[in-house]
Amino acid sequence: MSEYIVEMKNIHKSFGGVKALRGIDFNVGKNDVVGVLGDNGAGKSTLIKIISGVHTFDEGEMYIKGKKINPNNHCVKMAHKMGIETVYQEKALAEKQQLWRNIFLGRQITNKLGFIKVKEEIKETNKIMREMMRFRGIGAGAESYIRTLSGGERQGVAISRAMYFDSDLVILDEPTMALSIQEVKKVLNFIRTVKEHGKSCVYISHNIANVYPVSDRFVVIDRGEVVCEYKREEISLEELNEELIRYTKSKIQ
Amino acid sequence: MTKSKERIEQSFFSKYSSQIGLIIMVSLVVLFFIITSPNVFLKSSIYFSFLASVPTIGLMALGLTFILGMGEIDLSFPSVMALSGFLFATVFSATGSFWLALLACIGSGILVGMTNGLIIAKIGVPSIVVTLGMQFLIRGFSNLISNGTAIIVPLRGTLSQQILVGKIGSIPMQSLWFAGTTIFLYFFLFRHKFGEHVLFVGDNQESARMMGVNVDWIKIGAFSLMGAMAAFAGIFDLYRMGTWWPTMGDGYIMMIMAAVFVGGTSMFGGEATIFGTFLGSFMIGALEAGIVAAGLKGFWTRFIIGVLIIIAVIIHTLIRKRK
Repeated sequence: MSEYIVEMKNIHKSFGGVKALRGIDFNVGKNDVVGVLGDNGAGKSTLIKIISGVHTFDEGEMYIKGKKINPNNHCVKMAHKMGIETVYQEKALAEKQQLWRNIFLGRQITNKLGFIKVKEEIKETNKIMREMMRFRGIGAGAESYIRTLSGGERQGVAISRAMYFDSDLVILDEPTMALSIQEVKKVLNFIRTVKEHGKSCVYISHNIANVYPVSDRFVVIDRGEVVCEYKREEISLEELNEELIRYTKSKIQ
Repeated sequence: MTKSKERIEQSFFSKYSSQIGLIIMVSLVVLFFIITSPNVFLKSSIYFSFLASVPTIGLMALGLTFILGMGEIDLSFPSVMALSGFLFATVFSATGSFWLALLACIGSGILVGMTNGLIIAKIGVPSIVVTLGMQFLIRGFSNLISNGTAIIVPLRGTLSQQILVGKIGSIPMQSLWFAGTTIFLYFFLFRHKFGEHVLFVGDNQESARMMGVNVDWIKIGAFSLMGAMAAFAGIFDLYRMGTWWPTMGDGYIMMIMAAVFVGGTSMFGGEATIFGTFLGSFMIGALEAGIVAAGLKGFWTRFIIGVLIIIAVIIHTLIRKRK
């Protein structure tokens, strides 16, 4: 087995005439927490959506756990099967549906005819809420509708879902956006838990101050290319900030 | 803490408020008819006649509930009913085989629905536009192949007639088919993977896609189901009348949409109620006959249906906001 969970070489992706990625090289190692930083439109989201199977890529090579990925076959289901879970900021959950349905969507516990074993899913959801989300006493239950939950609770549900399905790599899209300070803390603790369990995490963030302490590495992307990479030991938060501002500036000029 | 407790332990009333509201509304309508024309509405025969006529509306309304739950709309199903009915009539007249006729009928319904779904999902044309076009296209096509003339189908006295529109005691068979289909579709929508995916697509298409739902296939599947239900409903009208006629299905569309909306399914997708559609179909189906039996002029029918739709939809929206 390869030393990387995800290995991308010279990945290109265009949408219509717009080049979103121009030859990206990007790796995620085992037990690696990687922050992907960059300005709006730099290609961060496109990058993680290719890993998680939402988008395909036009050129280049991608390996997941050493297995070469055929861009025509890669899809969300496939990524799930290979142990890659993604939590998207706003699109993670469906509001009018109950919590337990959101947890198991796409991976329902069913009988042979495809009918859902509701009791089992609710029971498992309650277990997830107790053990992973520590939701006891905050008022949400497995049968709550998502629209009644706060932003942090929603993020907790989405992240716990990712953990429950025993993933090797959890991808987080802006995990701390629109959260209160307390809720941010919870998310950071979660990333630490991922690391402690020997798993890997990739996240996108604008707010590097939040996520700096939990990361192993930072990858800065600009206009569809990787412009620099740092290990946390190599760079302080201030220096990283400076670097980012430098790239943003050069873009304006 | 008290507020959060309320969130978990919703009272029975607030959990089923929509359903309770609907049952009260139906009871009021029946009560109104009993008061205005007791000689008709205190006898059982009028109710048995509803049981015979409502299933046609109801079956299509059930299909439309899936479509609306998915956040889409279908305007083509009355024409599908005519086309599929024509195929049933022709195949049955030619071969005498119920099974061949059934296959042609349901198959054509699924085919049209699938075409709708393909254009909507794969090309991205809004469903209202595609199905509007399909409504004209299919109606025109069935007029062309039938030459615009009615067909008398020798269905009387066949075993299939007994099974589909016969009677057990005084209960019309089609009402049992309708009840059975309702129960099946209830479980299909709320307890099956497919139904769950339909509601997630209606709720938030992007999140459904990102959680691994094949959105395109769900759309194609739901429109195919709608086509099949229109064809199925057509069979019942065909058996009841013994005749296929070129304008079959005309005039149903507004009634059926009304039945679904009165039942409490919203247009925004992500939510749907099979039970509501079931009751809504009876309410809409009973109104027309009821108003005439009550001695009011036929002109009143539309006016009263309109009033009821608006009241019902206001009540459902208020309940939904409170939740």
